[in-house]
Amino acid sequence: MPEFLVSLSQALYQNLVAKDRWLLLLQGLGNTLLIALGAILIGTVIGVVIALMRVSDNKLLQGIAKVYVTVIRGIPMVTQLMIFNFIIFAPVDMPKLMIATISFGVNSGAYCAEIFRAGIQGVPLGQKEAGRSLGLSKAQTMYLIVIPQAVKAVLPTYTNEFVVLIKETAVASYIALVDLTKASDMIRNATFNAWVPLLAAAAIYLCLTLGLSHLFARLERRLARSDRG
Amino acid sequence: MIEVKNLEKSFKELHVLKGINETIHRGEKVVIIGPSGSGKSTFLRCLNRLEEPTSGEIWFEGQNIVDKRCDINKLRQKMGMVFQQFNLFSHLTVEENITLAPVKLKILSQEDARARAHELLERIGLADKASVYPSQLSGGQQQRIAIVRALAMNPDVMLFDEPTSALDPEMVGEVLSLMRKLAEDGMTMVVVTHEMGFAREVGTRVLFMDEGQIVEQNTPGEFFGNPQNPRLQDFLSKVL
Repeated sequence: MPEFLVSLSQALYQNLVAKDRWLLLLQGLGNTLLIALGAILIGTVIGVVIALMRVSDNKLLQGIAKVYVTVIRGIPMVTQLMIFNFIIFAPVDMPKLMIATISFGVNSGAYCAEIFRAGIQGVPLGQKEAGRSLGLSKAQTMYLIVIPQAVKAVLPTYTNEFVVLIKETAVASYIALVDLTKASDMIRNATFNAWVPLLAAAAIYLCLTLGLSHLFARLERRLARSDRG
Repeated sequence: MIEVKNLEKSFKELHVLKGINETIHRGEKVVIIGPSGSGKSTFLRCLNRLEEPTSGEIWFEGQNIVDKRCDINKLRQKMGMVFQQFNLFSHLTVEENITLAPVKLKILSQEDARARAHELLERIGLADKASVYPSQLSGGQQQRIAIVRALAMNPDVMLFDEPTSALDPEMVGEVLSLMRKLAEDGMTMVVVTHEMGFAREVGTRVLFMDEGQIVEQNTPGEFFGNPQNPRLQDFLSKVL
């Protein structure tokens, strides 16, 4: 066997197999997925509420929504995460995983809100007028006509938000949470080999984001049926 | 049936409707013509309050619809509207477009609404299009379906806002002939249009609007044959 293959297999063994290090990576991946999934759920709920507040007629609700979006989008994610961990949730004994999920969710909510708002406002006014002219109420017009059309228009950017979120969770290590990036860094510290653990983590991230993009693209195509000319 | 008193409408500084008084009786086919910017579309859209009047009263079937306490959604069920841009719901099939409002407003059951939709589509010769989406149809087909969608609610009056202005010339005829059939069936109609032929043949009364006011109105024969107002004379000389 050529020498470089020998040293490669040794490095792979050392970094991924020995001392169950693959388990550490797996645990990190699990945490990354949990945070991202939880955060997108929280973010979507917050996003819908904030977006509806922004397109409402109530000036107060509009104002609150605007402040939320401006503040959250104006502060780096890492800073927000640390504020949540070391200030807001400092007095309570809460698992780091939950703190991270909430703070990523709150952050993503602001971006989701903007995506949804743009989608809702992008539906032609005539669609709304047609609904109202038939006697449908404002709320009925919103959820029967405007939102279904907005959802379709918004899907590509919304998918992208999820993909961005998965990558963004890598900063969770700032609050000593073992996510995928942190796990690979711990292996690096133990084996003094940067290549294998970091590239392994990178490959896993890439699989996740590509897989998701592919999945959502298929969903989009299915929803695009009514656009066929 | 519809009584308009001192209707005014301003968009910020722009004074669009300057005191309109008009009564539309059951069975009438009122055609409104006038130069662009004269306020005719705004007037029509005030009738079902898609445009909020600045002041004045609009009485429809015994209720002042400008009054904030009236149930505007209920009243709109009785006033069908057809738009220049058709505005079919782009995410729904033709059949769903027609059945949506009657079903959601609990006027018809799903089965009855579907039966009604097919009967209406049959009447306009588009029964085979029930399950296609609006984007797969021509403008003329879309507009006829938009008319049928409004009819599915069994309205007492139909409002038409330049229904043929966005159509290719060869599709104008099919829409106008459907409107003509509707008129023959006795529907009360208020039509904003540039189609002078339609106004002359189908209208029972023609109104001329200019600068936010109704400056002349008459039966089609007198209106086109013997116009009094100099601005109407000028307008007709340009469009006829």
